[in-house]
Amino acid sequence: MLAIMKRDFRSYFNSPIAYVLIGLFVFIMSIMFMGTVQGGSADFTNGFASMNTLLLFILPILCMRAFTEDKKQGTEVLLLTSPNSLTSIVAGKFLAVYGVFLVMTAITFVYPLVLFVFGKPEGLIIISSYAGFLIYGAVAVAMCVFASSLTENQIVSAVIGFVMLFLLMVIDYLASLTGGVVAKVLTWLSLNERYQQFSQGIFDVTSIVFMLSFVAAFGYFTIRVLERKRWSQG
Amino acid sequence: MIEITNLTKTYGKNKAVDDITFTVNKGEILGFLGPNGAGKTTTMNILTGFISSTSGSVKVDGFDVLEKPEEVKKRIGYLPEHPPLYLDMTVKEYLDFCADLKSVPKKDWKNQKIDIMELVKITHVSHRLIKNLSKGYRQRVGLAQALVGTPDVLVLDEPTVGLDPKQIIEIRKLIRALGKNHTIILSSHILPEVSAICDRVVIINKGKIAAIDTPDNLARKLSDFSRFSITIAGPESRVKDALQEVYGIKYLETQGGNASKDEFSYLVEADKELDVRKPVFHKLAERGFPILELKSMGLSLEDIFLQLTTTETKED
Repeated sequence: MLAIMKRDFRSYFNSPIAYVLIGLFVFIMSIMFMGTVQGGSADFTNGFASMNTLLLFILPILCMRAFTEDKKQGTEVLLLTSPNSLTSIVAGKFLAVYGVFLVMTAITFVYPLVLFVFGKPEGLIIISSYAGFLIYGAVAVAMCVFASSLTENQIVSAVIGFVMLFLLMVIDYLASLTGGVVAKVLTWLSLNERYQQFSQGIFDVTSIVFMLSFVAAFGYFTIRVLERKRWSQG
Repeated sequence: MIEITNLTKTYGKNKAVDDITFTVNKGEILGFLGPNGAGKTTTMNILTGFISSTSGSVKVDGFDVLEKPEEVKKRIGYLPEHPPLYLDMTVKEYLDFCADLKSVPKKDWKNQKIDIMELVKITHVSHRLIKNLSKGYRQRVGLAQALVGTPDVLVLDEPTVGLDPKQIIEIRKLIRALGKNHTIILSSHILPEVSAICDRVVIINKGKIAAIDTPDNLARKLSDFSRFSITIAGPESRVKDALQEVYGIKYLETQGGNASKDEFSYLVEADKELDVRKPVFHKLAERGFPILELKSMGLSLEDIFLQLTTTETKED
């Protein structure tokens, strides 16, 4: 698991992809942040909202290589015939991308820092918002890694990842369009309200467990996809 | 060391591997010979746990590949047809990664890495990116990868494909040397290559085993004998006596039959120069044993060989 994680993580930084995406992320975030500061506000809630939206575009591209690249290069054989369980292979892949996500998130610590130096933001809210962002990021990464296990094509993988994240974002709206049981299920699946709690400074254990179980579920789906391919009769 | 029993893999209606059974003994170099698309790679992929079989079992060192995949994978070094290389890494980084992946203890790895790179002669390119290496060197790095962790079994899928003649000779020499400490299964569609390296050969065609023997025996069977399968009604011992009297028959073996009906099938090897079919008919007619079936067998094997030998000349 650690071997795959280290290799993949390094590979992101050996290619332009991590730099370009992190650069883009920081660039857009900084423009947003300038708006906040110029308005004389020390409230970073908007900042988190835009970070969240940016993930919709950045994570599918960041994760699109996770499994597709190995399938294309033929290195999938190397991983799958090594004495490692599928679980540890998938976990390694996930942690590598999540590592890049953490680096990206760490850079944004600069913004609240600036707020602390020049103003009086609410510390607890910022901390809990970050906690929420990190957990939400884990869900999104797990979904996009799953997307990359479905196909050999990076573009297709990115599109599937984007669609899944988009659905996750608008799931409440979809629920309001439908009715009855479907709406109930969609609302239950929705992470938005739970994510909102974090930005209000609320740490709810059920929310945390609920979101982490999303990560586990998509990890499990990814394992099933790899397993199914192994058993394929077609 | 390796036991493959009734292995079958179907893709849709197509049987890629059809009821294959053979064993590989410890320390043996086994050649897996067959034309393209015969099922060699599929068998190797099942053996290494990359894909699963439809039915049948594979055991390595007593461990079943489906029940204890990690125990099996620990014991196998696999070089697939296309070496599984990360092009964005240097040779050294790549081998370090493989050692990590196979959980080779850090303290052993330092010396092992030096030995492996020395053995496959890649020490002088160890700091280069794999994407800048030639096909021959990439193949060697792939082989080095299979050697990481000194597995007991090496599975090499077409290890000499795409190499120039000088590299081919070097790789063959290397495989022979490795055969002293490893059990090796090696696939190829080139007959002379397999006869040069292997202790024993499995010939596979359209997913089925056509023959298993030492290269010498196979060559002997093909050059001098034609083979028939004959089913004859009559008591086994008396039929055998009759057949043995036919001039030109060199080898006779009962292959099975139905004792209650007094029908047995025999494998007959005869001199190629003489067509023994007519004398066999006359002899059996004279004794009153009807021939129920007569089938020429050597021909199919020969066809495969022909295909294999001609591929070599085309490629060289």
